[in-house]
Amino acid sequence: MKSYDIVIVGGGPAGLAAAASAKENGIDSILILERDRELGGILNQCIHNGFGLHTFKEELTGPEYAGRFIEKVEDLGIEYMLNTMVMDISTDKVVTAMNREEGLFEIQAKAIILAMGCRERPRGALNTPGYRPAGIFSAGTAQRLVNMEGYLPGREVVILGSGDIGLIMARRMTIEGAKVKLVAELMPYSGGLKRNIVQCLDDFNIPLKLSHTVVDIDGKDRVKGITLAQVDERNKPIPGTEEYIPCDTLLLSCGLIPENELSRGLGIDMEAVTNGPIVNESLETSAEGVFACGNVLHVHDLVDFVSEEAAMAGKNAVRYIKEARNEEVARIDMVPTDGVRYTVPKYIRLEKMEDTLTVRFRVGGVYKNCYISTYFDGERVMKRKRPVVAPGEMEEIKLSKAKLAEYPNLKTITVKIEEA
Amino acid sequence: MEKRELICIGCPLGCMLTVELEGAEVVNVTGNTCPRGKTYAEKEVTNPTRIVTSSVKVSGGDRVSVACKTKNDIPKGKIFDVARALKDVVVEAPVCIGDVLLENVADTGVEIVATSTAKRK
Repeated sequence: MKSYDIVIVGGGPAGLAAAASAKENGIDSILILERDRELGGILNQCIHNGFGLHTFKEELTGPEYAGRFIEKVEDLGIEYMLNTMVMDISTDKVVTAMNREEGLFEIQAKAIILAMGCRERPRGALNTPGYRPAGIFSAGTAQRLVNMEGYLPGREVVILGSGDIGLIMARRMTIEGAKVKLVAELMPYSGGLKRNIVQCLDDFNIPLKLSHTVVDIDGKDRVKGITLAQVDERNKPIPGTEEYIPCDTLLLSCGLIPENELSRGLGIDMEAVTNGPIVNESLETSAEGVFACGNVLHVHDLVDFVSEEAAMAGKNAVRYIKEARNEEVARIDMVPTDGVRYTVPKYIRLEKMEDTLTVRFRVGGVYKNCYISTYFDGERVMKRKRPVVAPGEMEEIKLSKAKLAEYPNLKTITVKIEEA
Repeated sequence: MEKRELICIGCPLGCMLTVELEGAEVVNVTGNTCPRGKTYAEKEVTNPTRIVTSSVKVSGGDRVSVACKTKNDIPKGKIFDVARALKDVVVEAPVCIGDVLLENVADTGVEIVATSTAKRK
């Protein structure tokens, strides 16, 4: 059996940044396993710009951003295997994978970094009535068809869900000559970034119908139209508001789900809110020496933050290999409440914490003029005023190790939204 | 004095900008968190521009198309002219990121550059 110090599952932005960081922190024996024909992951089909402002201080397209990290990984001489699917990871860190050249094979790792990314919520999960005609695509599938395969999947398009990929595809399909009739969003607010509403919908006069959903799909062989209806505050369609919209294509942009089959197979503890693994301050899962980063951990809006998070995972994996373990260290639990849905990490071991730790989270609704407050046990130690926070945009707080050390018996850190 | 509300598209923060105009002249921008926001607001109310990203066909390559973009921003009103100009462009592999694929696209004075790579088959 081949063996590597660190095996990274996934060669997208998270896997690439984790690999580069692990190498730069002093481990040479690294292998990236990627199931696609090339490195770069989903960035390869995200040909729009807006990536990398934080990391490179310039605005890049997806493939350009990926290109920078691929180049780095190549320059550092990090090994990778393409067209290779990981089938299983065992608790003693044996990775079972397969590809056309080698068939089924096993690799022994000392540490593993999970960087599998996420997957789009499919039609089957939406319970929309109708036959199964051609013309229903997830927005990401349409994106790959248009941007990489050279196909335009339809001419008259309705988009359900206002996630970023849906918004981006509204513009992309319009530029390629399709007519995008509307974007319908179940919630009373968009799930995408504000800038994408402006430059993808407003620029092209594409209507965004908030609190609307598709209640029926018409067509047996090909989509002929959809029925749109307004929903009430419990997201139930309101009778009498139905409107028939002729179209030949329905794109779905209804959320992303971390792809954690391998993590579940490994038996690691999962966070129900994010569908990602529960991790500590080192981004280590409940399986010792198995780390997670990027969209497999929690779905991000910005790849820059994926790269940053993954670099931490790479560094921590190196530390795990090099350092002796000191078991049973005290842990401080992170408690998300009052509008804060989850935090990554979920708990902190002070001894293992870096000088500064970024805690990322999302809120459950739109809050205007509020404070993001942080409590150490009962005491509020930080508050930051925000004009608006929304579920579509990830928030963060930074914790300082020095500050935490001032509270020797600290049990919980609570993050909540408070009225200003 | 006229006031206009904008959402900055300079980065994913999406700052809410307020632009104060005296006739056609911008006198004040508030709400921006960085200089990019001020530049965006001034442009947006006088001459709005966008970067256009798309893809063009490739011949003799290991893939059917490469991604591309306008090297600089172009007037918003010219987005579809750029799209039309790219419709029939076919480039020969190999293509590298940054290669100029088309000059002066749709009379904007701006180049179209490749943003992904295609190797020779």
